[in-house]
This record gives sequence, structure tokens and C-alpha cells, in this order.
Amino acid sequence: MKLEFDIASGDFSKAGRASSRIKKMLKQLQVDPKVIKRIVVAIYEAEVNVVAHSVGGKMLAEIDGTGITVVVQDNGPGIEDIEKAMQEGYSTATKAVRNMGFGAGMGLPNINRNTDEFTIESEVGEGTVLTFRNNF
Amino acid sequence: MKVVEKYHAITVDTDKCTGCTHCMKACPTEAIRIRGGVANINSDRCVDCGNCLRACPVDAFYVEHDSLEQLNKYKYRVVLFPAVMIGQFPEIYTEGKIYEALLKLGFTHIFEVEQPIGMLINEIKREVEKSTRKPMISSFCPAIVRLIQSRYPSLVDNIVPVKAPHDLAACHAIELLAKQGVKREEIGTFYVSPCSAKMAAVKRPLGEEVSAVDGLIKMSDLYNHIMRVIDKEEKTDTAPLRKNLTLDGILWSLPRGEARHFKRNSMAVDGIHNVVKILERMENDEVPVLDFLELKSCHQGCAGGILLTGNRFLTVERLQKRSKRYPHASSIDISAVSCLGIKDKMKANPIEPRYVFALDTDRLKALEKMQKVDRILCQLPGIDCGSCGAPNCHALAEDMVQGKAKMTDCIFLQNRYLNENKINIEKATKNLEKAWGKNRFDADCNRRGGRNEGF
Ligand code: SF4
Ligand code: SF4
Repeated sequence: MKLEFDIASGDFSKAGRASSRIKKMLKQLQVDPKVIKRIVVAIYEAEVNVVAHSVGGKMLAEIDGTGITVVVQDNGPGIEDIEKAMQEGYSTATKAVRNMGFGAGMGLPNINRNTDEFTIESEVGEGTVLTFRNNF
Repeated sequence: MKVVEKYHAITVDTDKCTGCTHCMKACPTEAIRIRGGVANINSDRCVDCGNCLRACPVDAFYVEHDSLEQLNKYKYRVVLFPAVMIGQFPEIYTEGKIYEALLKLGFTHIFEVEQPIGMLINEIKREVEKSTRKPMISSFCPAIVRLIQSRYPSLVDNIVPVKAPHDLAACHAIELLAKQGVKREEIGTFYVSPCSAKMAAVKRPLGEEVSAVDGLIKMSDLYNHIMRVIDKEEKTDTAPLRKNLTLDGILWSLPRGEARHFKRNSMAVDGIHNVVKILERMENDEVPVLDFLELKSCHQGCAGGILLTGNRFLTVERLQKRSKRYPHASSIDISAVSCLGIKDKMKANPIEPRYVFALDTDRLKALEKMQKVDRILCQLPGIDCGSCGAPNCHALAEDMVQGKAKMTDCIFLQNRYLNENKINIEKATKNLEKAWGKNRFDADCNRRGGRNEGF
């Protein structure tokens, strides 16, 4: 089952749409609550990332019988130093965003921690692609 | 009292129900469908919140209860009522008069269920401290506990595993009488309930096999009985303070009544639709680190319970005033209240998740059904009109894949099929009659929707 969500930049009121929808579906599939919790945290974090740091993008999710694969693509600005961005506590979020309680630097490491497979590709000026998967 | 699996306090009186769909739209778990022109409750989904009863314009929902005649069966007749009951009465009916009226009605012993609250507070604090899962969620409101079991299974381990005040109060009362040499068979304990959720919880206790409560009385019924016999003359209240009752006990069932014991490390949310929103966030790890979360199904907590007669805001106001007369729980020596029997009974058994929203127990089949729901949704109008007897188009699509509804149940699709000559008019009428009953299409001046009445 395939799903697609557009994520607009800067609109925090809409962050959480994809994670809510996917959460409801995984519950209907009676996936173990602990597994749901991890994937939902990862997806929500990825949504907020796109809203807070990029110029916008989209999320594609595919649910099969054994797990869920999520691809998050944004259209820029891209990450300069991926290794640094993967460190706990590192953040490029603007002060305004941080004041809202988002972008405290938990993003990428938190996604990594809550997924079974995780890859990141990024090109400055092009954008970033996150791919992650959790097995049921 | 026997435990009945899947027992629900609320039933539909099919003679009164006009199938107006108000309840169906108000139910937080989409448990109601209209079949044969009347509301039908799916007992797997119902959490006994009472929203349907509240939304009903013709009083078609019936809450099962015992009558005061049951009192005659016992030598000692104990009334157990939540402190919120006192708050409903207008100012001139003082606490003392209400107690007198209860004795006039035939009760021999009077207890407010929050009397042993000090013990409960300590126990909850101990549980919260010891738990590694935060925030811990109150187990006070049975509707919320059931909601979490079915809709938020990942959060069941966050529920504080202690009993509700009424369980403790019943044990407490029985023990006190036992000390005076009274035998259990001679005692009848009657719990006065503010809502259907507590009624169901008493009959089907969460975890416990047998409840210590012998009879269930609707608070609205008792209110009427009290008003019949109460002293109506104006006089000042000289009633003594009730033993062991505290400010904290009186406030317990109101918003922040529990949370205030955790100061700023807590949050309180009332109203089941608000609760749903906060639980969704909690599942996403979006709720800040708190120790304690108080969740109550009714607005203004139990002051907004469906079996209360008084206005909820006035009730809160009066209770706050009343509480000021009473000492704080911390200033009372609860060792005088606590008997070992209660201590053991304080802990509830673990609360298990109930997966009632799963489409199928087989994951691949569930996935197939989910894809089918998506395809069906493309055909439905998406206006959630309810004419099919389901609360919204999505719910109808889910009913279809579960074999509980057909494409032709949707009036829009039916119109399309008629135009395409796929069905004839007789068939279409039959279909509508299945959901709405035979005489739904006749004129009837007594039949009105309730929503705009009074405007
Ligand atoms: S009591 Fe609540 S959950 Fe049950 S059918 Fe009524 S509205 Fe729905
Ligand atoms: S808030 Fe109180 S009155 Fe309302 S359902 Fe919960 S326990 Fe019952």
C-alpha cells in the first residue's frame, strides 16, 4: 500500500499529518504498539525536519506485509556536513524555530535511533533524501 | 455482583429511538450504526462515555440501574456517593440537610467515596515514582481507561495501576461495619454513580473479579428522591465535618483534582475529544516530560457526568466553596482509616490492550482490506452525511470490507446505479428501508431533529 504526502516549508501546523495517518493504518494492521511508536516518532521527526529546515518536499511511504519503508525528499538547501548533522545535539534550526520547541538538534539521530534501516543522501543546493525502514 | 464480560451500562430503547443520527456523530469511537431505523451499539468499541446519551434529543438511551426498593433486602444499608453529588444542590440545601434526607430515604450509613483519599494519593505517588514510564496516566475515569485499551494500546503500561475511589470506599465501609460485628450478608452497599462509565466499571471491574458494591443507583434518581424528602426550610448549616473527608477528596473528581498533587509536573485534560488529541500527541512523544497526566472523559470532570442534574459550572463552584471548610489530606492521620484489608485491595490488576480497531488478525488480509477501503473511498461522496447509517464515508467503507455494509447503502452510489440502470427503484427503496426502517418515508409531525430546538 502506497501513500504520498506533500510537506510545505515553514507550516508547523501541518507537521504530523503523515505520522497521524500512518499511525492509524498501522493500528488497523495490528502492528505491535512498540514498533508503531518507533516508526511514528521517526516519521514525525522527518516531517518536522522538512518543515523547519528545507524549502519543502514530500514523503512516500510503502506498507507491505512485513514492514514499512519511508522516503522523505526535500528540494533543498541540502546538508553540508552529514556526519556533523548526525551528531546528537547539532542543529541548524533558526532561533525562531527553536523557540517553538522544534529543531533542538534531535532530528536525524532520533530518526536513526528509531528505525531498523536508515540512509541519507544530500547534495548542497539540490536537496536531501532520507530512506528508512522498520520491520513489523 | 457477577462480572459480565463486555457488559455495558448503556442500552438503546428501540421504541423511543428515532434514528436521528446525533448519537452516531457524537460517539468518540464510532461504535454506533443505524440499523432498521434505530441506533445500534457495537459493544467491542463502546467505552461507556455516555456521549450518545447526552446527544440524544428523545431520551432513548437507558442506563441500567437498581431502584431504592433494593434497600429492603438488607439490614445495614450503606450509601456510597462521590462528593460531587453534594455540589449539585442549590445553596439552600445544605450538606446537613442532604445527609438527613439520605437517612430518611432508608440508608443507615453514609460514606462519601473520597473519604479514604489520602491513602490513594500516597499509593499513586508511590506508583508514579517507581515507574520508568512517564507520564503516568490516571486510572480514575473508566471511559478513558477503556479508550486507551482499545485505541492507544501502546500506552496501557502508562496507566497507574490503582483502584478507583469507589472500590476503596466500599471495602472501607464493609470493614468498619465488620469491626462492629456486622456480618457481610447483612450489609448492602449502594454506589451512587455520576455516569455510565462508572456503572460499567462497577459491574465489570477493571482487573478485579468481584466488586464490593451490591447495588447501583443513578445519581439523577437519587437527586429526585432527595428533593422529595429534603427539609425545605431555610436554616444555617450546623452539620459537623464528615470524618476523614478532606479538601483533597472533595476536589478529586474535578479538573486538576488529581493533578494538583503533582504540582507543575502534571497536566489535566477534560472532555474525551480533547483527551483523544493529547493521547495522539503522547504516542508521537510530543508531550513534554511530566510525571502525571489526569484525563477525564467529561468536561469539568465528574461535575459534567451524564447522570448529574445540576449545571456543571455551578457544581464546581459549590464544591470549591465546600472544600474550603475541610482540612488538607496531609493533615489527617490516615493510619486511623487504613486497615490492612484495604491496602491489599488498592492495587488493580494489569490493564491489557484490546485490539478492536484492527481490520483483521491476519496482517496480509488486513493490508488487503485496507487497500480495498482506499479504493471504495474513491467512489463515495466524502460528505459524511450519515444517510447510510454509518457516521462517515470512511466508516462505511470499513464496514463494507468487513462485510457489514454494501455499496448500495450509500445514497449517492444508489442514485448513480439507478441512472445507469444497474438497479431498479424497488431495490433502492428496500436498501434504504434496511437502514431506516419501513415508515421512515411517511410524513410524521412528531419527528424532529433535536439540534436546533430552542433557537
Ligand atoms: S457510550 Fe460513548 S463509546 Fe459507547 S456508544 Fe455511547 S458515545 Fe459511543
Ligand atoms: S469524568 Fe467522571 S463522570 Fe465523566 S465519565 Fe469519567 S468518571 Fe464518569
